Amino acid sequence: MSGCSTVYLDNAATSWPKPPVVVDAVVRALTEVGGNPGRAGHARSIAAGRLVDAAREAVAEFFGANDPLRVVFGANVTEALNLALCGLLRPGDHVVTSSIEHNSMMRPLRQLESEGVALTVVACAADGSLDPAQVLAALRPETRLVALSQASNVAGTLLPVAEIGRRLRACTLAQPLLLVDSAASAGIVPIDIERDAIDLLAFTGHKSLLGPTGTGGLILGRRVDPAQLRPLKRGGTGSLSEQEEQPRFLPDAFESGTLNVAGLAGLDAGLRWLLAQDHAALRQQHDANTRRLIDGLAAIPGVTLHGPRDPARQVDIVSFTLAGLSCSEAGFRLDEEFGVECRIGLHCAPAAHRTLGTFPEGTIRFAPGLFTPSEGLEMAIDAVARLARSAHV
Amino acid sequence: MSDPTPAYLLFHTSNHAFRAEKLLGARQLAVKLVPVPRHLSSDCGVCLRLAPDARHAAAEALAGTGVELAGVHPPL
Repeated sequence: MSGCSTVYLDNAATSWPKPPVVVDAVVRALTEVGGNPGRAGHARSIAAGRLVDAAREAVAEFFGANDPLRVVFGANVTEALNLALCGLLRPGDHVVTSSIEHNSMMRPLRQLESEGVALTVVACAADGSLDPAQVLAALRPETRLVALSQASNVAGTLLPVAEIGRRLRACTLAQPLLLVDSAASAGIVPIDIERDAIDLLAFTGHKSLLGPTGTGGLILGRRVDPAQLRPLKRGGTGSLSEQEEQPRFLPDAFESGTLNVAGLAGLDAGLRWLLAQDHAALRQQHDANTRRLIDGLAAIPGVTLHGPRDPARQVDIVSFTLAGLSCSEAGFRLDEEFGVECRIGLHCAPAAHRTLGTFPEGTIRFAPGLFTPSEGLEMAIDAVARLARSAHV
Repeated sequence: MSDPTPAYLLFHTSNHAFRAEKLLGARQLAVKLVPVPRHLSSDCGVCLRLAPDARHAAAEALAGTGVELAGVHPPL
């Protein structure tokens, strides 16, 4: 694509554009399928149920889960994290997390802390990286859960969750479960919950999985006993309707209320699209985008990059600040004057910004995606160079 | 079907019925998703209809898959 007038660099908030097959699947679900899954035996209800089941199967395949019924759908990764954290942890339990987490992790954890759950926040380095040994050192006999993002939504930094998972399985002091927030990594970094020793995987559908907003969920690994997990919500499931008590079987125990069928059809299409691609080529493209942004921005006087500055150690999220210009002013001008759409500020992650040393001002975050044209990256780098020059005039 | 009177696999939830349809289809077992017959259950969901002589093979194929059978009619 040449001569683009705008460039969308907010794929870490939600990916855009989506593959056409995703749009087609959503339209088909709304126009041709209809029906409420699991609520009747007529053709449209059955067709809707098959869409949901296909999405469940696609998620399981994508993340290496053996049983699609252990994929619990919800609205987004925030809901999934709340289900895992609030569902599993009880007063007296201990949980370990990192200092790079999003508020979707930190807010439920702080609430639980106020209710008697002991919380240890392991400090990450200034680039967001986390030493697995420090996580292991924080364990106590009563540690029930280690809860970590796989990648920082602010700096893109990858956390060694698979290494931590494997070391937790070998730990003799405690046998905590590992909860991973994959919001910023799924679709970019290959995830296999068995290989990576992940017990609970929270995912969102609308970022690098290329599905619509309003989709996400929690995968329960084989070590997780569903009976130990309290539902976030209770209500109609279309099953055991003669009973006023919540069903205990999966996935109904945690899926009360009508699911986002059209969204899940789109998520299924996004996942199928990704599964059909050459993963190495996709990762190469993510890395090339990251490398170009790092190199281009680092060469601009007045720009400070925050994060690993290494595509091998991060996803394609690049955060920076600009000397002499506030993030809010920079973000406004990038959009208004240069057509560069990005996200500035704290990115719902104050802990991460404290770790990076960018609190409370925040950063400017560029997050390209698979469909970001290279001309768009050049346009954004050039726009930052112009802003930097103007800030120093 | 070898028997004119069909058999049914019942599930606690349609989620399991859809899974079972997929799993049994992959095993070349002929099943069809149908509304739960009223004489078998007051449930408003779906179940699988199949040939009576396929009941045992279907039940065995679902064992250990995570799909819970709520009933087999006629019983095994």
